Amino acid sequence: MYALSELEDAYAKAKEDTAFQEMLSGYLKTYVGRPTPLYFAQRFTEHLGGAKVYFKREDLAHTGAHKINNALGQCLLAKRMGKTRVIAETGAGQHGVATATACALLGLECDVYMGTEDMERQALNVFRMRLLGTRVLPVDSGSKTLKDAINEAMRDWVANVRHTHYCLGTVHGPHPFPLICRDFQSIIGRETRRQLAEVEGRLPDVMIACVGGGSNAIGLFFDFIGDGSVRMIGVEAGGTQIAPGMHAARFAGGTVGMLQGAMSYVLQDENGQIGTTHSVSAGLDYASVGPEHAFFFRSGRIEYTHASDAEALEAFQCCAKLEGIIPALESAHAVAHAMKLVPTLGRDQIVIVNMSGRGDKDVQHASRFIALEEENKG
Amino acid sequence: MNRIEQRFRELREKRETAFIPYITAGDPSLEQTARIVHALEAAGADVIEFGVPFSDPVGDGQVIQEAAQRALNKGATLRKILALIGAMREKTQVPILLFSYFNPILAYGMEAFARDAAKAGADGVLCVDLPPEEAGEYKAALDANGLCTVFLMAPTSSDERIELIARHCTGFIYYVSRMGVTGERAALAADLGEVLERIHRHTDKPVAVGFGISTPEQAHQVAGLAEGVVVGSALVRLIATLGDVKDMPDKVQAFARELVQAAKGRQSRR
Repeated sequence: MYALSELEDAYAKAKEDTAFQEMLSGYLKTYVGRPTPLYFAQRFTEHLGGAKVYFKREDLAHTGAHKINNALGQCLLAKRMGKTRVIAETGAGQHGVATATACALLGLECDVYMGTEDMERQALNVFRMRLLGTRVLPVDSGSKTLKDAINEAMRDWVANVRHTHYCLGTVHGPHPFPLICRDFQSIIGRETRRQLAEVEGRLPDVMIACVGGGSNAIGLFFDFIGDGSVRMIGVEAGGTQIAPGMHAARFAGGTVGMLQGAMSYVLQDENGQIGTTHSVSAGLDYASVGPEHAFFFRSGRIEYTHASDAEALEAFQCCAKLEGIIPALESAHAVAHAMKLVPTLGRDQIVIVNMSGRGDKDVQHASRFIALEEENKG
Repeated sequence: MNRIEQRFRELREKRETAFIPYITAGDPSLEQTARIVHALEAAGADVIEFGVPFSDPVGDGQVIQEAAQRALNKGATLRKILALIGAMREKTQVPILLFSYFNPILAYGMEAFARDAAKAGADGVLCVDLPPEEAGEYKAALDANGLCTVFLMAPTSSDERIELIARHCTGFIYYVSRMGVTGERAALAADLGEVLERIHRHTDKPVAVGFGISTPEQAHQVAGLAEGVVVGSALVRLIATLGDVKDMPDKVQAFARELVQAAKGRQSRR
């Protein structure tokens, strides 16, 4: 609790400190490459034959995903708090790489916990982190994935809190983490509002984002929560089917529970033991979801649905072929839902899809699932 | 009167320190847990902490994590653990404190859990990942059923929080001797005596010290500073090393006896 209240106080002060905010904005502009473009996906739009589709290109941010927005913000905060060491958890490796990058930039010592199963699936990101001067600590307990990496990072943090900051990668965990991460990510929505106003002169009709912990989704949606006309859809990982152990759709198959310091929807059994999850995308493969998403699910402000592994893989290929953009398998879940929804909407409607990350990291993994057709026969 | 409160009252009169062993319920099996409890009681344990296994024990080190996993693999559930306590109450009146994470309790239902735990004969609950600030409904349910509510106090707790935690604790206060998770440590924190003095300035409730105490020597050191000594991982590791064999409880008893002698071989601080 000491660690959390220390963090809460430090963040409240940093939030009001213009010097801190200017430093963050400076890095976001010159280092991360913000604002990321809002791109009109013309061929994708024509292909679907419905609403106009724009992609918010977080995949073009430095390190290839939105994760850097939060990692950089938190690492600057850690430095301001006088912490010399940063730890993080990672599933797919994107948050680990983002944190390793921010630590290299700011001269902080960095250790990243990663499940051994994920280390195998994402060997390239393990190497990237090591290249950035980070130690990757293998986690061999439980399901050997993201959830277990978070457990291990929390154990480290309680032991070393005096000099260590835990840079949690999503809008989950105990307060104030969901709040801090949401604030750092909400730049996505603020930029989108401005950019769409410039080209279309109005608000979007629908916004779609994938939801693992839910940081890219809340980042896009948050600025629009008060705009009642904007429909928001979070897409969870439907896996192979909505049955225990075969998906990560918490709103479809979960119940209220407490995991890792947050009360939210959780995939669990009747005895409160946390369930195993499955998704083709490591970044969505988590048994719980950010508590603020649970709040908006209950209030009805955000709709939640899911896309299956197969649908995500199809969207992954479709987006690559039509737009020359290989989405992260996580973001491909949002694209997959857009492919279902957009044809049902009028041509005067505008849909924004959050392209939360790029798919380079997934190419090898996806190739195992996709039987590529032989092209240019004859 | 609640058995935990009763025991601490008796110990205070005798100026004795409580010996509080922790075991993971259901490891290696619920049947063996019952035998281990009897062995610990015979060795002189004052309160027995019943660890409720959880799939994601963020507060525990490797030894207890693995024990929890073994217990879950064997099918242990909170419901079965309460049934076991109920059955054991025919033979023993040793005070029992459930040591659990919040999610199994939440899944059970807080009201139903408090009612069933009290009915089974448990005497109190320590919920590791529930701070008193968030524990309103939980504490009300436990209070209404006469169960002690024990919360954790840490080396980083401010004076303000020491007061708050002390106010919410009934039975005793659990002081985490070292920053970090459960597990054996080579040495006690150097400032342990000092911190306990500070805590005792804020409260006259008994304080038990846990996390990192594994040897009779350490138990003896703590005995002079606090009203209770908790030993967990060292016992759980011994149970795991011995395995599911017939004389395991006897050997656990022998080790517990050494710890009891160490803890009782010194007058408590008041």
